[in-house]
Amino acid sequence: MAEGGTRRGSVLPGFGLSMGFTLTYLGLIVLIPLSTILLKTATLTWGQFWDTVTAPRTLAAYRLSFYASFMAALINAVFGLLVAWVLERYDFPGKRLVDGLVDLPFALPTAVAGIVLTTFYAGNGWIGQYLEPRGIKVAYTPLGIVVALTFIGLPFVVRTVQPVLRDLDIQVEGAAASLGASRLQTFLRVILPEILPATLTGFTLAFARALGEYGSVIFIAGNMPMRSEITPLLIMTKLEQFDYAGATAIALVFLLASFGLLLVINAMALRQRASQPAA
Amino acid sequence: MRPRYLTEPRAVRFILTGVALAFLVLFLFLPLVVVFVEALQKGVGGYLAAVRDPVALAAIRLTLLTAAIVVPLNAAFGVAAAWAIAKFDFKGKNLLTTLIDLPFSVSPVISGMVFVLLFGAHGLVGPTLMSRGIRVIFALPGIVLATIFVTFPLVARELIPLMQSQGNDEEEAALTLGSGGWQTFFRISLPKIKWGLLYGVVLCAARAMGEFGAVSVVSGHIRGVTNTIPLHVEILYNEYQFAASFAVASLLTLLALATLVIKGLVEWRSGRRVVLAAPGARLAPADQERGGE
Repeated sequence: MAEGGTRRGSVLPGFGLSMGFTLTYLGLIVLIPLSTILLKTATLTWGQFWDTVTAPRTLAAYRLSFYASFMAALINAVFGLLVAWVLERYDFPGKRLVDGLVDLPFALPTAVAGIVLTTFYAGNGWIGQYLEPRGIKVAYTPLGIVVALTFIGLPFVVRTVQPVLRDLDIQVEGAAASLGASRLQTFLRVILPEILPATLTGFTLAFARALGEYGSVIFIAGNMPMRSEITPLLIMTKLEQFDYAGATAIALVFLLASFGLLLVINAMALRQRASQPAA
Repeated sequence: MRPRYLTEPRAVRFILTGVALAFLVLFLFLPLVVVFVEALQKGVGGYLAAVRDPVALAAIRLTLLTAAIVVPLNAAFGVAAAWAIAKFDFKGKNLLTTLIDLPFSVSPVISGMVFVLLFGAHGLVGPTLMSRGIRVIFALPGIVLATIFVTFPLVARELIPLMQSQGNDEEEAALTLGSGGWQTFFRISLPKIKWGLLYGVVLCAARAMGEFGAVSVVSGHIRGVTNTIPLHVEILYNEYQFAASFAVASLLTLLALATLVIKGLVEWRSGRRVVLAAPGARLAPADQERGGE
């Protein structure tokens, strides 16, 4: 276990040096730059701040960011669970390759993901040409944003659920079967409660990643104010207009809202874990 | 294989596998194919012309230079942070790990924005520096700073769980036998973490070269001067030079595939699953606890 080895650490040298370097670097690169968000927002009066963050365009961007990220994380929760299940439980040719490629969205630069998905789903694209005659427009609509966010969040649920599935005690399933449970009952009553917390963790990670995403979305979104403009893009637009204070105010509220939401989801996951009998 | 009563009927297995694979093909594999098909739209000649274009070469040079500055700094930080956190007990350890993860929870655009607030023309210290002729924003230092910020936690995050799982027995033995602090570090500790460090460095380099949002804010998109590879992809795409855009994008895609291959190799060599870095809480703690060589 991880904890056991660290207790006796005090005989090792280098605490002062490594800690000093760590704190200095952290302060210079992360903490001081991030604190400018508060400093800059403080230059606004309360009225200016309130008008910026409650402007219809800002509210529309917040709403779209949270809605699209939530939908994408939800799609990933369902399909990620399925992919993790298939990869852990069944055999098929090329399984190792498929397993390795699941991480692609973590490794692929977001700008590449953006142009690829747009080419794929545009009206004359590989898939878009079959979807659009049927009235399904993906590229340059909010649906396109959900598609891009689904792509970049795809590995999270798969990678959080896989180890839990691998460690499940096979005897528990055997006991359920010997007591007459059907396979579906065993899954719903025995397996699902075990893997639900991991699924929720993966959902939260995918959701958090999606909220801040910029590169893959701007190509496919169409970027129309009030309709398909995500919050990071609105911040970018304000910066390009040299409205630094406005950009910071929008960013501050967005950051606080995301952190708040993630805290709530994490608390829910902890509650659920606590309510389960220890395995 | 599992006994029959502990798995699903054949038909169910078949359908579930089919649906999962269809999802992955649609969302992962076909997009990957798109890159290379579109890149070769104008033949091998067009592909090479796009990659060898002077502006593209300037972007490649800037990207490599940025990575060459960012990666050693973040690697040094990662080793130092992992040493302090994994080898010692102190108050506020959880707070420190949370703060190290912070850049992952911040949108890339906001990551770039904080440096504009500091060093921009209307920033806190920007005007002072500019009057002395030092440009940070719309220049290399800004691109480097934004890239350091977004790749900040990568190496530390690979090394902290690895060092924690390994313990200190060998180091303590070496110190007892009279080895010095640095000697112990270079001869004992560094070899113990070499695979994790290698993977962290590869990941950091790949992310540094692929970063788009944060760099986009601070770069100013000056052609041939402050354009990195991802920004060059964007410019070409927006100018409807699709084949050229995908040709340059294919370089980044190859880089991503190489990262995945190295991940596989490191997992195979070290016998532990490594974590591709991602925002938010530590991924798959069960895997890390199983760690060890």
